[in-house]
Amino acid sequence: MSGSTLGNWLQTRWQSIVAGIPFIWLLVFFLVPFFIVLKISLAESLIASPPFSKLLDWGDGGLPSLNISIDNYAYLWEDSLYVRTYLNSIKIALICTVLCLLIGYPMAYAIVRSQGTTRYILLLLIILPFWTSFLLRVYAWMGLLADQGTLNSFLMWLGVIEKPIRLLYSQFAVYVGIVYSYLPFMILPLYANMEKLDTSLQEAAADLGAKPVAGFFTVTLPLTAPGILAGSLLVFIPATGEFVIPDLLGGGNVLMIGRILFNEFNSNHDWPVASAVAIALLIVLVVPMMLYHKVQAAEARRES
Amino acid sequence: MKAKRSRFLLGMLCFGFAFLYVPIILMMIYSFNYSKLVPVWGGFSTRWYTTLFQSEDVWAATALSLKIALLNATFATLLGTLAGIALSRIHSFRGRTLFTGMISAPLVMPEVITGLSLLLLFITLNQLIGWPAERGITTITIAHITFSMAFVAIIIQSRLAGTSRDLEEAALDLGAKPFRVLWDITLPQLAPGMVAGWLLAFTLSLDDLVIASFVSGPGATTLPMLIYSRIRLGLRPDINALATIIILTVTIGVLIAGWIMIRQQRASAQDAEHS
Repeated sequence: MSGSTLGNWLQTRWQSIVAGIPFIWLLVFFLVPFFIVLKISLAESLIASPPFSKLLDWGDGGLPSLNISIDNYAYLWEDSLYVRTYLNSIKIALICTVLCLLIGYPMAYAIVRSQGTTRYILLLLIILPFWTSFLLRVYAWMGLLADQGTLNSFLMWLGVIEKPIRLLYSQFAVYVGIVYSYLPFMILPLYANMEKLDTSLQEAAADLGAKPVAGFFTVTLPLTAPGILAGSLLVFIPATGEFVIPDLLGGGNVLMIGRILFNEFNSNHDWPVASAVAIALLIVLVVPMMLYHKVQAAEARRES
Repeated sequence: MKAKRSRFLLGMLCFGFAFLYVPIILMMIYSFNYSKLVPVWGGFSTRWYTTLFQSEDVWAATALSLKIALLNATFATLLGTLAGIALSRIHSFRGRTLFTGMISAPLVMPEVITGLSLLLLFITLNQLIGWPAERGITTITIAHITFSMAFVAIIIQSRLAGTSRDLEEAALDLGAKPFRVLWDITLPQLAPGMVAGWLLAFTLSLDDLVIASFVSGPGATTLPMLIYSRIRLGLRPDINALATIIILTVTIGVLIAGWIMIRQQRASAQDAEHS
């Protein structure tokens, strides 16, 4: 790199501003808060304001004593409700990721293969729900799945069922809601990946006599693996901690960790337990999150 | 064989789009339902729109949400642009690994964790330095900037990765002052990315329920918080009307933006042909 690049100039003169301001912002409002959560998760809950004990206690003689308690974590581990909820959240998120992939992959593939303006319009139709309110799109399913809702009325009109079946406030409703809400997050990275795909490889496979199915599994699928990974992580990670969908569509019947955390904090006012729930969720998600970070970094390197 | 495959793809495309759009369209249709019971059709009516426009809560929540969204979009674009430039043009600085981690983490971080951690930060700060004295518009805006700027930074970074550095280097070699290069060459190239980032930050802010619920205090209710408190207990025809208005507004905005994008694409394709 020559000495006169903008990068070098920025580095020497303006580094403190260009990188410094956003860096400090993220440090204060993103990183530090996690340490506060970690700290409070190690405290004991009290009926006071704030409702937790101090970690560092300056005793009467001026000697500091450290009060670290792992009771909150022990409580999470011993109460089978929490363990079951974590497992259930992961199970729901995994199944939804697979469903998103099964629906999203052929859609992304079909969009990439369409030409010119059609492609842009189809892409716009995928992005459009992404810009409209998440909450309202979940609400739309409440109307469809309600006991007197559109789906039940339709099935009764068809004669498939005689009286309304319970669709809303069930595990099924949560699956539908998550797949519906996160589908664009699966399609967009897949599309971005397939767009750059070299079609000559697929053609070569076909010319050499590979059957379409064989060609797909040996050529197309491995080439689109980075897109599959990025899309799956973008669905799986937020879906595991989802709060709105299990709350509105699952009612009280579906246990998911995001809901437990929200309730623990807002209804029970148990901050230390809520903090421990958050830290435990972070530990569950740290591997997929680092994987996502790696995928992103690789993508950024390839582009530049 | 080929026809069979494309028929399968076409079928999946139709199914997927029906899945994405039928619920929204039905929700909009039922906003014109006279009946108070949302899913039972009781004739055409616009009475829920009247109810909605007369509701002062809705107006106040909309005003608050728009104010936060505007502030958020502006600050997030500034901070995110700086971060994007830093990521793609400064190749080594202390803490770069931490920095890239902090930029990509908010994109996937579950909202409940971000919300809880920011609230606990605000409470701790309040105890230590007395700020923020109360939670509301300021705390929600700060929380929104923190996650939106990451999205802006990613957009700016990929935009900068796609533009060539030749112009910048040529100008510098010809003796242009670096600040002038940044202003005259880099920023104009960034402008479309900044517009896209601003719009995305604006929408993300308008859309957020979970983080705002955590960091808001009594008396500050954003539009998603108001909608949530009403639909928690079931279907509400006035919310169908509100949803219709919001979705139509957004759709018109996105269609205009998309139309401009397609036109630009065509224009640049034509330019490429001529040159």
